[in-house]
Amino acid sequence: MTVAAPGKPPAAQARDTRTARHPWLTVLATAVRLCLASLVVLLAIIGPLVSPGTPTALVTFAFAKPSGHFPLGSDFLGRDVLARVLNGGWVLLIMAAAATAFGIIVGTAAGVSAAYRRGRADGLIMRTVDVILAFPQLVFALLLVSVIGPKLWLIVLAVGLSHAPQVARVIRSATLDITERDFVKVVELQRMRPSKVMAREILPNLISPLMVEAGLRLTYSIVIMSGLSFLGFGQQPPAANWGLMINENRIGLELNPWAVIVPAALIALLTIGTNTFTDAVARVTLGVDRLPEEAVLTDDLGLGRTT
Amino acid sequence: MRANLAGKWPTAERGHRRDAGPHTITADRARRESAVAVAAAPAKPPAARRLEAHPIAELVARRLAAGVLTLLVVSVVVFLATQVLPGNAAYAVLGRSANPVRLHALERQLHLDRGIFEQYWLWLSGLFTGRLGTSLANGQSLWALVQPRLVNSAVLVFVTGLIGSVAGVALGAVAALRKDSWFDHVTSVAALAVTALPEFVVAIALIILLATVVAHLLPAVSLLPPGTYAWSQPKLLILPVATLVIVIVPYIFRMMRAAMIEALESDYVEMARLKGVPEWQIVLAHALPNAIAPTIQVIGLNFLYLAGGVVVVEFVFNFPGIGQGLVFAVQNRDIPVIQFIVLVLAAFYVVMNIVTDVIALLATPRRRIAR
Amino acid sequence: MTAESKPADAAASATPLAQPASVVRLEVRDLEIRVGKSGPDVVGDISFAVPAGQVLGLVGESGSGKTTVALALLGHTRRGLRISSGEVRLDGVDLLTLSRGDLRATRGARVAYVPQDPAAALNPTLRVGTQLREALRVHPGAVDDPAGRVLEVMREARLDAAPEMLRRYPHQLSGGQQQRVGLAMAFCCRPSLIVLDEPTTGLDVTTQRHVLDTVRSLCRSYGVAAVYVSHDLAVVGGLVAEVAVMYAGRIVEIGPTAKVFGDPVHPYTRGLLAAVPSPGRAETLAGIEGQPPRPGRRGRGCSFAPRCSFAIDECRSQAPEPVLIDSREVRCIRAADVRSAADARPAAVSGPGDDGRSPALSLRAISARYGRTPVLSGVDLDVPPDSCVALVGESGSGKTTVARCIVGLHGNWTGEITFQGARLSPRLRDRPRDAVRRIQYIFQNPYTSLNPRKTVGQIVAQPLEELLGLPFRERSERAARALEDVSLGRDFLSRYPDQLSGGERQRVAIARALVVEPDLLICDEVTSALDVSVQAVIVEELRRLQRERHLAMLFITHNLALVRSIAQQAVVLRDGAVVESGPVEQVLEHPTDAYTARLMADVPRL
Repeated sequence: MTVAAPGKPPAAQARDTRTARHPWLTVLATAVRLCLASLVVLLAIIGPLVSPGTPTALVTFAFAKPSGHFPLGSDFLGRDVLARVLNGGWVLLIMAAAATAFGIIVGTAAGVSAAYRRGRADGLIMRTVDVILAFPQLVFALLLVSVIGPKLWLIVLAVGLSHAPQVARVIRSATLDITERDFVKVVELQRMRPSKVMAREILPNLISPLMVEAGLRLTYSIVIMSGLSFLGFGQQPPAANWGLMINENRIGLELNPWAVIVPAALIALLTIGTNTFTDAVARVTLGVDRLPEEAVLTDDLGLGRTT
Repeated sequence: MRANLAGKWPTAERGHRRDAGPHTITADRARRESAVAVAAAPAKPPAARRLEAHPIAELVARRLAAGVLTLLVVSVVVFLATQVLPGNAAYAVLGRSANPVRLHALERQLHLDRGIFEQYWLWLSGLFTGRLGTSLANGQSLWALVQPRLVNSAVLVFVTGLIGSVAGVALGAVAALRKDSWFDHVTSVAALAVTALPEFVVAIALIILLATVVAHLLPAVSLLPPGTYAWSQPKLLILPVATLVIVIVPYIFRMMRAAMIEALESDYVEMARLKGVPEWQIVLAHALPNAIAPTIQVIGLNFLYLAGGVVVVEFVFNFPGIGQGLVFAVQNRDIPVIQFIVLVLAAFYVVMNIVTDVIALLATPRRRIAR
Repeated sequence: MTAESKPADAAASATPLAQPASVVRLEVRDLEIRVGKSGPDVVGDISFAVPAGQVLGLVGESGSGKTTVALALLGHTRRGLRISSGEVRLDGVDLLTLSRGDLRATRGARVAYVPQDPAAALNPTLRVGTQLREALRVHPGAVDDPAGRVLEVMREARLDAAPEMLRRYPHQLSGGQQQRVGLAMAFCCRPSLIVLDEPTTGLDVTTQRHVLDTVRSLCRSYGVAAVYVSHDLAVVGGLVAEVAVMYAGRIVEIGPTAKVFGDPVHPYTRGLLAAVPSPGRAETLAGIEGQPPRPGRRGRGCSFAPRCSFAIDECRSQAPEPVLIDSREVRCIRAADVRSAADARPAAVSGPGDDGRSPALSLRAISARYGRTPVLSGVDLDVPPDSCVALVGESGSGKTTVARCIVGLHGNWTGEITFQGARLSPRLRDRPRDAVRRIQYIFQNPYTSLNPRKTVGQIVAQPLEELLGLPFRERSERAARALEDVSLGRDFLSRYPDQLSGGERQRVAIARALVVEPDLLICDEVTSALDVSVQAVIVEELRRLQRERHLAMLFITHNLALVRSIAQQAVVLRDGAVVESGPVEQVLEHPTDAYTARLMADVPRL
């Protein structure tokens, strides 16, 4: 007969010794991060409404230094940088958000089904995932763009689709953990339909990893979209787009660096903000010091799980 | 691209079963017993045992097979995307209003007058026999065009990979050992911020700081003509390498730090301390070997990332590598070049994946030696 | 020089007062450990002494602080804790005042630790031999011939002293072997003191017995003092001469084992002993309601007062000091009164037993597999209506598989399962809904069997929705009543599982199972993850419910002692086959099968 040891509630030990030393500092930091991202988002959304002029008007000579009328100077064609900056973010944001949403929805559906149904569906889905993952995301988008042209809807689709396999993998892993727990078997014994089990029992337990994953995906969407724009495969000139602006005005760095610095800084602030906020969410919901990118990597060695 | 790196999510409760209650052995054993595989360790049929005896060989074999399959599928996808999808690829390249004679010539060159399967087969077999075709943009032989670019990018990737890995591992280990110190806080926050940045932002920042606005130490753009090798002017390597290193170090740093911390807080390290083992021995002999496996995986992932990351960086610095080649090819709709470069990148992915997994497996005796 | 003494001798011979002056190896005085610099104390006022060659038992339930004390004996604390005051003297030297270097030199060489979870305490990337030799390597000079010593200590720990063993990795060893490696590592350098932290948890009874024998003989032959931490009173009772009972960070009673366990004084000790099941008699178990207070919430008075039936006002306002009663120290103001109180422990009413009615559940020739691996072979089992059958077996015997087959979670079996006259199909979805409703299952781990995102009310009402299709209002009402049946108030309806203790969670699981009014209840090791006092409460609840509702019950457990307190019939399972079955008294007292006999002999008793 095996000899058992009694259990103890998990909270007591772990949390007591690991609570942040200065909880107010954590709250402050989180607030700052949230503000950063929100500020830029606000700027991007409201920008077009408060822009002093149209982003495409030629108002002065090229690469003029900042002055009273044009606080950020002019770009390589002589357009007002400030106006272009204020107009240059919202398309990027919307595209990134759309791609993220698309990727999360498709990926979650695939991941949960694969994990819960197991069997053939699981194998099929994960093989597909592996194939898609063989492409770098940017290259995949480039590939499609190369033939169809830089259509915005195509880019959203391409980037969203390339998120899906990552999300699927992650969610599948989280779902497998959940389905191993007894309460899922309990409702199966109650003859609950599988779709209901997935929706009502499993999904609510996926909220934390989903939120964090969504945050990560949003950050990467922004990175890729701005990268594509930078390369010239996003919005086409003469549209105002932060990524595009950086590339366009590179040659005039010595003359009017602000035409490059401001859009670059905005992209940076946005991505840093979303990333650190996501990290904070991850810490709170999944435990202190837990990295988002963690050792589920060893599971991928394909040799099964430890428990 | 970077998405592929950090997308691997921890199972929400990996090691931190927040709802799963007691951490005592019995609970763990109970969990194990209540799982489906209750049949503890009965004898396995002989065939399975034979394979299991060489998990490395098994893994490599499995992965290679899967890899070949993947590449095949990738080739199909690439082919479809470039030659089939746009309808008539020749139109896509030259534009609808092009000279019909040139259109015809191009169609024949791309074998568009044959059936789809034949086109695919011609292309695929051409790859294997070395008849890669010619670039549509300048008529050069494909291989002559791509080969020096390949070499340059390879140099970039491996130099970056080496420097980045060493720096990341070292910083991560130090941060873990000095957990909660100012060093740890500063590096962790910096890492978190930098991982978020797009690579072209980093590149631009470096250019502004070191090449144009603030200081003029290094060339902002490489003036190497396509076809030359990077090491002929090493100074041109510095900024691109620096950019990529800055981009990949935070990932490796964070993983190393987390893995080291987990090892240092583990039960077996506590046991070693209780045996009286000196701290430096604990770090080197106990913690490090356990922290290596997941870190190797991240390093591998970073190499994979670099395969895509070079695209933007080469573009910014005008570096004559495959990334730049791909961008030019896409701009010019140079289909054969696109096809080839994408396939090369995919193959690199597959091989790198296998290598990483094998090394990680070697570092984890628990996985590679059966009970 | 290994004297293999019987448990009785160890207990009776060495009371600290009766023994002639033997060397005191370990002396702990007023040890106090706090959270952080000035946080609440986790343990305090800890004082005891252990002479050479003897073992002191440190007993307590989870949260009592015993592991914290055990680690402190090596001068070590877990993260966030600090030893704030007190002395730990090993052969006269206070470990707590040693420099880092000296402390490091002492650990492993003069005081050693045997961990609770050997699998986790061994580095998975290092070979076993490396880790064994490490202790000797780090303390050069402790032993003359390290290489020979390794082999010697392995033999003493009853490990295969072969080079192949040394070259293996920890995951290649069984649980018992890993634990023996832990023991060997500890005894390597011939320390003066060994601290064992629940070293037999998770081992099967026979292996556990071997390990205990090894510990006893090693201590005797080397004159080593030992502190044995455990929650299992029966195990401790058979091993140690002196025992200290801990509760909420304090030692509430300490004295010779025979006295403390035979005639307990402190109310907590009494309650604990009343909760420990015994394979000897069929008894009602008396648990202790409530939970121990966490550090920081212990208040000024006696920590046990809220749960104590002898408590008076003074108990709540003033922390009791130890008083000496009949050769032991007891931390209770009313010690004398408590002592003279009667010990009420009525024998259980055994159920109707086998009155010839046709069984509610009947298994015939059940053979099951997982994949291609056989797990059960030819199992026959009957559960009469309105009675409880205990299915007993060690881990890996297949008892959980039997349960899964019955309830439909595992479909890969052949044979016949008949429930209330009708044959059950292997797959759950092929069974009629009513049959599904009448068989209910309770899982072992209360921490994973409740959905953390649902309230207790939703959890308990769920089966009413799925299996009976009742409307919302009726569901809520029935759920509330079900909770009351398991002695949980209505205020639990809106709570979430992580606000509940292990015992409360298990009661919710029971309520959920009973809310659809089943005829057969399958309990799969439902108390294995709970403390002894909580286990007693749950077992009593189940017994009461079984009788009140005339349920047929299949109670699966590995704990032979528990069987007596709840079941009328017993079935013993070994490696997937039934080796013995019959009325409980007969199976436990006059077993016909050798395996059963050996198990009964190996089960530790108080």
